[in-house]
Amino acid sequence: MDLHFTSARASEEERAAIEAAAAQDAVTRRSLVLPVLRAVQQRFGTISPGALNYTAAALGVAPADVYGVATFYKLLRVEPSGRRVVHVCDDIACLGSRVEALIARLESENVAVERSPCLGLCDRPPGALVEATDDSDASAVASATPELQPGLATPTHIGATQVRLLRRIGRVDPESLDAYRADGGYEALRKAFELGPQKVAQEVVASNLLGRGGAAFPAGRKMQAVAAAAARPHYLICNADESEPGTFKDRVLMEADPFAIVEAMTIAAYAGGCERAYIYIRGEYPLAARRIAGAVAQARVAGLLGNDVMGRGIRLDIEIRRGAGAYICGEETALFNSLEGKRGEPRSKPPFPVEAGLFGKPTLINNVETLANLPDIVLGGGAAYAGIGTPASTGTRLFCLSGAIERPGLYEVAHGTTLGALIELAGGVRDGGRLQAILLGGAAGGFVGPDALEMRLTFEDARAAGATLGSGVVMLFDETAEMMPVLRRIARFFRDESCGQCVPCRVGTVRQEEALERGDFALLGEIGQVMRDASICGLGQTAANAIASATTNLKLWQS
Amino acid sequence: MAELTIDGAAVSVADGATILDACTASGVQTPTLCYLESLTPVNACRVCVVELEGSRALVPACARRAENGMKVATDSPRVRHSRKMVLEFLASSVDLSTAPEALRYCERYGARPERYAAGATVSQPVKIDNALYVRDYAKCILCYKCVEACGTDAQNTFAIAAAGRGFDARISTEFDVPLPDSACVYCGNCIGVCPTGALMFSSEFELRRRGVWNEDQQTETDTICSYCGVGCTLTLHVQENEIVKVTSPVENGVTRGHLCVKGRFGYQYVQNRPLEDP
Repeated sequence: MDLHFTSARASEEERAAIEAAAAQDAVTRRSLVLPVLRAVQQRFGTISPGALNYTAAALGVAPADVYGVATFYKLLRVEPSGRRVVHVCDDIACLGSRVEALIARLESENVAVERSPCLGLCDRPPGALVEATDDSDASAVASATPELQPGLATPTHIGATQVRLLRRIGRVDPESLDAYRADGGYEALRKAFELGPQKVAQEVVASNLLGRGGAAFPAGRKMQAVAAAAARPHYLICNADESEPGTFKDRVLMEADPFAIVEAMTIAAYAGGCERAYIYIRGEYPLAARRIAGAVAQARVAGLLGNDVMGRGIRLDIEIRRGAGAYICGEETALFNSLEGKRGEPRSKPPFPVEAGLFGKPTLINNVETLANLPDIVLGGGAAYAGIGTPASTGTRLFCLSGAIERPGLYEVAHGTTLGALIELAGGVRDGGRLQAILLGGAAGGFVGPDALEMRLTFEDARAAGATLGSGVVMLFDETAEMMPVLRRIARFFRDESCGQCVPCRVGTVRQEEALERGDFALLGEIGQVMRDASICGLGQTAANAIASATTNLKLWQS
Repeated sequence: MAELTIDGAAVSVADGATILDACTASGVQTPTLCYLESLTPVNACRVCVVELEGSRALVPACARRAENGMKVATDSPRVRHSRKMVLEFLASSVDLSTAPEALRYCERYGARPERYAAGATVSQPVKIDNALYVRDYAKCILCYKCVEACGTDAQNTFAIAAAGRGFDARISTEFDVPLPDSACVYCGNCIGVCPTGALMFSSEFELRRRGVWNEDQQTETDTICSYCGVGCTLTLHVQENEIVKVTSPVENGVTRGHLCVKGRFGYQYVQNRPLEDP
């Protein structure tokens, strides 16, 4: 391709950083656009016109296209900026006076602050993420502001009635493969190799495992469809772009039990006949990315990844890719485009990922929690797994409890447990307060009132109640909470996170926020209908759900 | 061959045809804005959505392949509502004054953009940075047609792309540099496909600015470009004996509506007239 460039030139340091990031094997050169831009952003705090030109030249992509990608992601900047930025979450779990006071104080200390959507730290609000061009800057800010201690300084509450997915959390060293193996790690992969790929997929079908990312698609059927697809190669993707407001389950799994995710991905790739695997980790999750990278590196050294996995002649490696601030990239087809070095705009379905996904090839894509169930299914058998929970909602489920709850944290219960029992497990409403509302399933989910405490937590009960378990968000609001600011924050979230591709979502999310602001509730219903009916993807189709549920379930206004 | 029904009427179309093709075959007029037969469908505007039995959401007629047994409704309350709302969203946020087709659809579906009177718009100053084009992104509905024409669907120049995100998404060169600094080769194919007049030839823009642009008085004459051996069909739009714009028919097998800078803009020699004696 004959590319044209402006006269802007990259500095020597920029050229070196770009060349280093671009020097890796990839399916297409273009698929390195995001890793290279991230490297430039991280090193220089901005992407200069010269660096953008050099990136475009190095990867053979037009500069206008690279600019389109760079301006799509909120953690990439094309304007000059300071070398240190603190992203402070002012999303629904953190919303309120404490976060405003924190922002005011940081600004008075001349720290560059950016308001952020949910950072997945809802169990210890207010959440913050320090972005700095080198580590010394990061620690300087962190020590000046104790709230900004990164990582697991204050571990989340962990609770369970059935401990399966959380059994190693806080107990087994997440940085040691030996510790993982001593705790039964990699027995499932060994068993999977004994069973063979078809039998593994059959067990997953028998388990009736449904996807935990929000769409609840049968995981076994997806696995079989990819395995049976004629086109080659097949890809496996672990969707770790957890960004649904109120959700932090995948972060905790990756931070505290990373080898389990790596082993689960290896099993899934084996069953789906996938030659290449990616894990796409949210840009705002630095510790999760470090832990997964450590686990992958140790697994390679131990021959559990690479050219001859466990001496079985199976070839598989896992590539770690990072997001850069875009909720939409958790949508599977947007994630494919992001991995391919394009803007994270969703694609039209059909074709579905099992036929034509990443690079147009059959792709098995699952959420972190979904994959985390595979080792148990392989070891104990699909039938045993299906015995947990209810017939239509098998297994256990992770719930992220936040808001006005006594012990915010991550909880695991068998499907079928009631919402009330789950809340009791976490100590009930904070300070013995009275419950006003619960947000179930995140911003794309909906509100229920105290009358829903008897509801069993299953896919079918939630559906019957007009709610969704979504990504496992259970966010409580007590009687003192003002709900309109919460609704306005949700409306702002969708306006900010719409990719802008289709009209119903691009303009609809703006019109929804405006109508909510001026209290035009009749119009809200009309706007919600077109977003649900005519948007390309799940973001637009669910962007009106929570606001609609505020009238149907909370009776905040007459519809 | 796929056999399906459109609003209850059976229709059969060739393999690979879309629901839009099937609608056209059964005489149903479907509004489209981001669709053009010479470009890859992006199905972004959603004004062509139809109700497909068994599908939870509506589907875009322009991109969805017709399949055996499909039952399609093109005028159901849900379809009418979505089309009306999409048009209201566009008409309330974008200047559609030079988009007659979109305005006709607004009338057909009873769109009432005035309901969003104080709402956000994409209003912004016109970009005039070269002698041949004017870019008025206050009129842009983000149909991506210009990006496709500039890219692999026609010109392979890649001077422009979608940038930004959400309501802030826009068509842009890298760092919004002026066209003369960009990769633009002035083929004008972006203007040829623009459905709203956001991209306009300077000649047309200037006549409109002076209030003398008058399509009723214009004649259109087809000829063959004289510059090279390809043989592109040119349509000369002439007003008061002056060429005011050059296009090519989208159904033309040679050009598919696309031209190069010479055919599009190199017409001055046709109307060189001797200077009158002062």
